[in-house]
Amino acid sequence: MTSNAFGLIYTGETNPLLRDLALTRSVAAVPFGGRYRCIDFVLSDLVNSGVTSVGLIAQKNYHSLMDHLGAGKEWDLHRKREGLFVLPPFMTKENTGLYRGSIDAIRSCLGYVRRNPEQYVILTGSHTIFNMTFDDMLSRHIQTRANITMLYNEAETTVSEEQNMDLRLILDGDGRVTEMELNPFTPRSTHRSCDVMILDKLLLEYLVEEAYSHGDYDLVRDILLKKSGTLKIMGYRYDGYVARLDSVNDFFRHNLALLQPEVRADLFNPKHPIYTKVKDEVSARYGENAKVKNAMLADGCTIEGTVENSILFRGVAVKKGAVVKNSILMQAVTIGENCQMDHVILDKGVTIRDNRTLTGYDGFPIILKKGTTI
Amino acid sequence: MKKRMVAMLLAGGQGSRLGVLTSSMAKPAVPFGGKYRIIDFPLSNCVNSDIDTVGVLTQYRPLALNSYIGTGQHWDLDRIHGGVFVLPPYVTAVDGRWYTGTANAIYQNREFVDQYDPDYVLILSGDHIYKMDYGEMLRFHIEKEAAATIAVLPVPLEEAHRFGIMNTDDEERIVSFEEKPKQPKSNKASMGIYIFNWPVLKAYMKRDDNDPASSNDFGHDIIPSLIADGQPVFAYPFSGYWKDVGTIQSLWEANMDIISTPPKLVLNDPLWRIYSRNPIMPPHYVGKDASITQSLVTEGSRVEGKVHHSVLFYDVTIDEEAEVYDSVIFPGAVIGRGAKVYQAIVGENAHIGENAIVGGPLRHGDHVDNALTGSITLVGNDICVRAGAYLPQGTVATEDENGGRCYDK
Repeated sequence: MTSNAFGLIYTGETNPLLRDLALTRSVAAVPFGGRYRCIDFVLSDLVNSGVTSVGLIAQKNYHSLMDHLGAGKEWDLHRKREGLFVLPPFMTKENTGLYRGSIDAIRSCLGYVRRNPEQYVILTGSHTIFNMTFDDMLSRHIQTRANITMLYNEAETTVSEEQNMDLRLILDGDGRVTEMELNPFTPRSTHRSCDVMILDKLLLEYLVEEAYSHGDYDLVRDILLKKSGTLKIMGYRYDGYVARLDSVNDFFRHNLALLQPEVRADLFNPKHPIYTKVKDEVSARYGENAKVKNAMLADGCTIEGTVENSILFRGVAVKKGAVVKNSILMQAVTIGENCQMDHVILDKGVTIRDNRTLTGYDGFPIILKKGTTI
Repeated sequence: MKKRMVAMLLAGGQGSRLGVLTSSMAKPAVPFGGKYRIIDFPLSNCVNSDIDTVGVLTQYRPLALNSYIGTGQHWDLDRIHGGVFVLPPYVTAVDGRWYTGTANAIYQNREFVDQYDPDYVLILSGDHIYKMDYGEMLRFHIEKEAAATIAVLPVPLEEAHRFGIMNTDDEERIVSFEEKPKQPKSNKASMGIYIFNWPVLKAYMKRDDNDPASSNDFGHDIIPSLIADGQPVFAYPFSGYWKDVGTIQSLWEANMDIISTPPKLVLNDPLWRIYSRNPIMPPHYVGKDASITQSLVTEGSRVEGKVHHSVLFYDVTIDEEAEVYDSVIFPGAVIGRGAKVYQAIVGENAHIGENAIVGGPLRHGDHVDNALTGSITLVGNDICVRAGAYLPQGTVATEDENGGRCYDK
């Protein structure tokens, strides 16, 4: 159990490649896996590592994030001492309220960083999904006397037009990072950063203040890329399943990957449960004519039709005669009678009236934004 | 802080008619309806009726109930003033005893109730499944200027002999009460839900406690003596689903009532949610060759075989080629490959071996003691049924004399 570290989660990421999925919400709040939001994973990872103090830097469109997290009760972070601190932007004489980038954002919450009695900070993004604990990474960080330890995994090849914050680490034989590349055209390394780093909180404070005094504002571009020669930065490899929601295609692919037993076993390892907001929905109800195959369904669903190769979030209704294939239906979607849905992503509360047909393609799923009625 | 009404939930019952299901837990902690425990129903009814102070009286195997209720946060009952409290019997400097009856349980906890100085006390029991707004009942109680109000349900006259029957006048005032009458004069059956004016109840409980002949029971002693004294006791008519799940048969039936078309008991009711402790598991997975019809399935379960007209709890596994019909599968149970389960209740973390048959028709020479189960087959909690075993209907699969958990008769 990690008792000498606190978590700091930066949720300011934007990603235009997620199109309508992140139009009204931050990437951290993008729904994933039938009943979760992106942030549930890294937040649960921290909690499962024994971290009891987590600061969450909110920046853009954080209403749905705040609604989701509440006081942190469902992550066991509603505590008298420590717990979950949501750190929204604010305005003072030196603080403009609007952050240009991650450095501005972290700088505005240095007060929180200083106040924490723990020595180390686990600094994470919020849109990389994996299920691990940070205990071993922290002990390695201490053991190697590194300035910074960065988590990475062996990345899949990416298509250049779907590249998003693709930070590659070039390591020497001892696992030390000698160089980094951000969104390289032809990556020289397969080691891709998982958006998690561990460092001493005094170093974080120093690096942030130093960069700020030079007018810099982006943690990756202005600190990590420039400092890999002078600081001792170590890589820590993670071998489990990592889902990065870089684009709509990634969102689609990683959701459907949950239909594979190995991926489910890895992301939903019962030893490290993933916590999320509880909605007290009833069990999913299968009707007389339900035909469901190879699908993941959350509670509150009512199925009268056919569902194949799909992920259904909480409270989805599929009416009689409707056929849903290769699709992701988010919370409270209703599919009317005799509809045909294939390769579609329907955001929260979308209603499809009777007898409609929507067909996307592998590589280009149709997205309907929150609340649309067709 | 003063409360208008405090609820006292009688959860003490061992529930011996539920057999092996209650060998390690009190009846109110028995799973029900896919995600719930029986006690979630009265607790959720309280919260939905704006009652925020609930005492849960228990003296049998309190661990499962205690850890299930915890701080009450899952029912929104972790309050600064009030909340949910588990109240076991206790000893004092002068005496101390088990709860000798339902009324005695409340009497022993009168100090708990007095803390809130309530005008009314609501008495509930922990083995009934129903959705009810106790606020409506309280309005009725106040309107009638009653000393006590008893919720009643119309039952078919031919079944009335199984219930406590209230005979009322035109104003719903109870003129007499008969426990399980041979010749019922009315069809108004007591639901075991009472509202009392607290000072009146306190006085009667005290008198009852001094009577060594009394069985200290609401139905047998307190209510009859109120009526005998001419106190205004009224019958609050309830219409809606209500079921006593005190037997294996009725527990099974009540589960089936949620999956009937249309359901006799609607659980998917956003205005009257039933709250429960959440198991923290991912959505359920339905396999490539699975078939699920007329059933409930919930988080953490994996279905590869066939499920028809059944209720599956969380973390259940139905392996390839297994078939489950008209059954209730409790949390963590595994139905092995090729096994068949008919009209059964399969207990928590039970394991049905490959190709076993649970609840098959009686074969020539089969002798089954089905006094508790009737036609339902029951597999106890944590019992492992050997691969290829045949359990004729009505069987109770439970630990052997040595506590062995493997059933291979």
